[in-house]
Amino acid sequence: MNPTTTMPPEPKSSSRYTILDRETPRLRTLLGRWESLLAMLFIVVFVANSIALPHFLDLYNLLDGTQNFSEKALIALPMALLIICREIDISVAGTLALSSVAMGLAKGAGFPAESLPLVALATGTACGFLNGVLVTRFALPSIVVTIGTVSLYRGLASVVLGDKAFTGYPQLMADWGQGYFFGIVPREFVVLLVCAALFAVLLHTTSWGRRIYAIGNNPEAARFSGIAVDRYRLALFMLTGAMASLAAFLLTGRIGSTRPNIATGWELEVITMVILGGVSIAGGAGTIAGVMLAVLTMGTVTYGLSLANIPGIYMTIVVGVLLLVTIALPKLLRMRRARGA
Amino acid sequence: MNILKQREPLLAAMVVLLVVAVGLREPAFLSAGSLANLVTDSTLLVMLALTQMLVIVTRGVDLSVASNLALSGMVAAMLGAHVPGLPLPLIVLAAVAVGLALGLINGWLIGYLELPPIVVTLGTMSVYRGAVFVLSGGAWVSAHQMPASFVAFPLDRLLGLPHLVWIAAATLALMAWIARSTRFGRDLYAIGNAPQCAGYIGIPSRKRLLGTYALSGAVAGLCGYLWVARYAVAYTEIAYGFEFTVIAACVIGGVSIGGGVGTVLGATLGALFLTVIGNALPVLQVSPFWQSALTGLVILVAVLINARGAGRRSRQILPLHGTDAQPKRSAA
Repeated sequence: MNPTTTMPPEPKSSSRYTILDRETPRLRTLLGRWESLLAMLFIVVFVANSIALPHFLDLYNLLDGTQNFSEKALIALPMALLIICREIDISVAGTLALSSVAMGLAKGAGFPAESLPLVALATGTACGFLNGVLVTRFALPSIVVTIGTVSLYRGLASVVLGDKAFTGYPQLMADWGQGYFFGIVPREFVVLLVCAALFAVLLHTTSWGRRIYAIGNNPEAARFSGIAVDRYRLALFMLTGAMASLAAFLLTGRIGSTRPNIATGWELEVITMVILGGVSIAGGAGTIAGVMLAVLTMGTVTYGLSLANIPGIYMTIVVGVLLLVTIALPKLLRMRRARGA
Repeated sequence: MNILKQREPLLAAMVVLLVVAVGLREPAFLSAGSLANLVTDSTLLVMLALTQMLVIVTRGVDLSVASNLALSGMVAAMLGAHVPGLPLPLIVLAAVAVGLALGLINGWLIGYLELPPIVVTLGTMSVYRGAVFVLSGGAWVSAHQMPASFVAFPLDRLLGLPHLVWIAAATLALMAWIARSTRFGRDLYAIGNAPQCAGYIGIPSRKRLLGTYALSGAVAGLCGYLWVARYAVAYTEIAYGFEFTVIAACVIGGVSIGGGVGTVLGATLGALFLTVIGNALPVLQVSPFWQSALTGLVILVAVLINARGAGRRSRQILPLHGTDAQPKRSAA
């Protein structure tokens, strides 16, 4: 362009510049959103399953299938907040095991059934508190701290349990772990939906939630703009511990026992759910809706595979490929576009 | 006093102290046979920790090592079981090749597609582990199916030391050379310290990352064969969760998860330290159930020690008022 030309004609609005509060909604931007892609993936998986599998669309089966992922998804919710905040918690499965053991011990000591969830909650929150203190007070990377604490928590659980198992939990726990509302909706699923709604409101409509994004985008800037960054981190670690203990309560109730290998490998499945849900591992981006869609998609795939009598370990391949493809595809497409231009 | 500020001498002293302390309680622990066992037991962890160290130095992490090990080990075991006449070097080569190929996949996704390492290796970890099941159909390959030479090789002795120790020593020497004296190795530190600057000064980051994960994969493949042969059994769950032990060894050895910092000696000592703890527990008649809890504690303590002084906070622009300047320590 010729540098001597005068300024380009001004826009028609009365002020010199207009900055829109938000993007103008366009179909393309809407379709390009991660959540829309996930929703389409979910629909595709769902439709494919209902065509391929004769008993897939049975309402009772379908609702029962939600029990496979409800507990993991409960942990995925706070994990999403943590990852948005640029932290991670590998120790959730260890926390879950320890909370379950604590309930077993409390039951053995004659605590009433109603107090068991509180025991679990206290244990989980304490585990999260330890993680949070180590991360915030000593400025340690959370991945290292929680790799350490996962050994610690699971180790303590196995020290208490030895090669035994706690069984004989009160009916109250079975009611929550295996029970139904209105005879068909599993209570665990309802708990998950309620929690998801709470988390969505917290993250997307409150200033508390906005600050989590701010911290994830730039922790130093967030600190200088007056956010008590470490207090938020500590709170999120405690929240994650608490949610893991809630999952422990439901899981222990569902399977009716505490074994040393309870929930092994869950940390990676939970993190996979969160990342598949479009939460950026670099922090600062992600939504609860995305996480829930990822949870539902993974749940549908698992449920379909189990109906088709395919061993569960194939699921790990499917999930792994799903994760790789969903993160690699946008990159590949962008690279091709850049090369074409 | 300067020597005490360095990590490696401190860690070496801790390893020796731990060995001596256990030896005082249970003199059998200090016998030559027991110490040789200790070294043999540590070899696989040492080899994996060394390559993991290089990966972490580039600000990455390879969570798929244990799955890679299981898959290459299963390939080696099945080759040994189903193709009886196959010479051992070919089997080992096959295991290394499988590991290398899996590592190249990681490296391509991380280097060329610029995807976050933790996510990529999380994904490939599931895929590789699942592939072990697909390949074997969930069946075990046990000792009587494997050729005798296949099983015997790791513990056969050369000049009085098991092959395992020689292989680990060779790996150690190779990694030390790569990390200290090659352009490849130095580039990794540059990439980890400042990824963007590395690009500006002409370091081919993509190629280097590909190479690093390929190396990590190849060593995992070699360890796959050694693991299967040493324990004379191959099944889907082999080395399940071992990736965390490997990363823990690195962390104890002072490798910074933030990239750019780490030494071959540190990673080796970290792996030795974890092995000593693992071997000391049965000798001290501590229940093996304590192992995981103690390992966790050791990791946390090591990280806390490593972080001394490194915990720089954000720069203070304005002085804080009065008593706020030194926040009181509470509830640590």
